[in-house]
Amino acid sequence: MSDQYEFLQRDRGVHPPAYAPDYKTSVLRSPQNALISIENTLSELTGPAFSRDELGPLDNDLIMNYAKDGLPIGERIVVHGFVLDENGQPVRNALVEVWQANAGGRYRHKKDQYLAPIDPNFGGCGRTMTDDNGYYFYRTIKPGPYPWRNRINDWRPAHIHYSISGDGWAQRLITQMYFEGDPLIATCPIVRTIKDEEAVRSLIAPLDRSSAIQLDSLAYRFDIVLRGKRATLFENRLQGAR
Amino acid sequence: MKVNQLSQLRETTSQTAGPYVHIGLAPKFAGFDIFENNFDNVVAGPEAKGQRIRIEGRVIDGSGTPLRDVLIECWQANAAGKYRHPADRQDKDVDPAFRGWGRACSDFESGVFTFETIKPGAVEGRNGSVMAPHVNLWIVARGINIGLNTRMYFSDERAANAADPILNMIEWEVRRQTLIGQRAESGAQEGAAVYRFDIHLQGPQETVFFDI
Repeated sequence: MSDQYEFLQRDRGVHPPAYAPDYKTSVLRSPQNALISIENTLSELTGPAFSRDELGPLDNDLIMNYAKDGLPIGERIVVHGFVLDENGQPVRNALVEVWQANAGGRYRHKKDQYLAPIDPNFGGCGRTMTDDNGYYFYRTIKPGPYPWRNRINDWRPAHIHYSISGDGWAQRLITQMYFEGDPLIATCPIVRTIKDEEAVRSLIAPLDRSSAIQLDSLAYRFDIVLRGKRATLFENRLQGAR
Repeated sequence: MKVNQLSQLRETTSQTAGPYVHIGLAPKFAGFDIFENNFDNVVAGPEAKGQRIRIEGRVIDGSGTPLRDVLIECWQANAAGKYRHPADRQDKDVDPAFRGWGRACSDFESGVFTFETIKPGAVEGRNGSVMAPHVNLWIVARGINIGLNTRMYFSDERAANAADPILNMIEWEVRRQTLIGQRAESGAQEGAAVYRFDIHLQGPQETVFFDI
C-alpha cells in the first residue's frame, strides 16, 4: 500500500435506501434530494482514535457489567469476530459498541414501555476494541424479540445493535446483528429495507459450536467489513494527506 | 488462493440505530449509569487551544417536527486546522488537549442538541485548495437507515466559504446556505460564541447531505 490512500467508493447497493416506506418512520426522515458525492479530503480520511484505557475492565462483559445481586436471566452467549476492510485487511483499534434488549425483549431505556419486565441485573450495553488482528469479543445474554408500532403486529427478530468506529470518518457505521435460524428475520420491515439477499445474510451471525464454552455459554460469530482503502498511485492531489 | 483474480469483500450493511441508540452510545441519556468513562458532547476540554464555541441546533423531519431521539457525532480539526490522525501530514501542530470528536443527543423534550467545542482552523483541500473552517457531522436515528453525513460551516467566514471547494461543488447555490451555522448575536455563554445549525432532513429547506 502506498502511503497515500483514499477510501473506496461506498457501494450503495449493499445498503438500504433512505426512503423505505414499509419501515414507516423512514418516510418523513429520508432526504428527497440525491446525496452529493465528494472526493475524500482530510476531513473524511481521518477520524477519531480511542484507547483501551478509556474503557473499563467489564465493558465487554454484559453478563457482569450491570449485575447487582445476582446474574441476569437468559441464554449465556459469547459473540466474537473480526473487523476487516473490503481488502481483507484487519481494522486495528476499532471501537465496537453494542446495545440490546434483555432476554424478554425489554430495553433498559426510559422510553421503552413494553410490558415485559426489566431484568435488575442486566444493563444491555458494552464496548470493546479490536486487537492487532482486528479481533473482538464480548459476552452477553441472548436478547428476545419484541413488538413495535410499525404495522400493529410487527416484531423485531432478536438482534444486537452495533456501532463501529474504524480508522477514518468515512468508515463510520451502525448496523444490527441477527441470529441464525430466527424465523422473524424474513418478515421484519427493518431487515427488508435491504434489497440485496447477500447483504441480509451478512448480518446473520451463525451459531459457532466450536467456540462455545463447555457447560457455560454458546457462541455466535459475527464478522464486520468496513470500507477499504485504495492507494492513490500516480496521484498527488491530496496535499497534507497520506 | 487464486492469482490474477479481482476479489473484494463487501461492506457490512447499515441498519437504523433505532429509538434506543442511547443505551449503547450514551447510557446516561437512556436513564442509567454503567460506564466509568462516558463519551459526550464536550469536544474541547478547558485545556484545548482556540476560540470557545457552542453549536446548538435541532434535526427536523419532513413535517417540521424536531427529532427527539437523534444522535449526532462531530469530527473536526483543531484551532490550527490539524486533525489528530496520522493521515494528516500538514505541517501544523496537534493540540494534545483536543481530540476533535464528540457525541451529542437531542433533548427528549425540545429536540435541541449542543456541542461544546472550539472553532476549527482551515484545513488543506485537494489540488492545493484550502477548505473553509467546518465541522463534519454524522446523524443517526430511528427512521434513518444509513447515517447521514453533512458539514457545518460558519456564517462569519464569508470570504473563506466563498472559496471553499466543497461548497462550490454544490451546483445549486441556493442549497449551499443550508450548511452555514449562524452566529447568534445573543445567547453567548461564558465567553463562548453560539452557532445555530438546524438540520432539515426533508422538504423545501432540506440540508445538503454528502456521499463521502
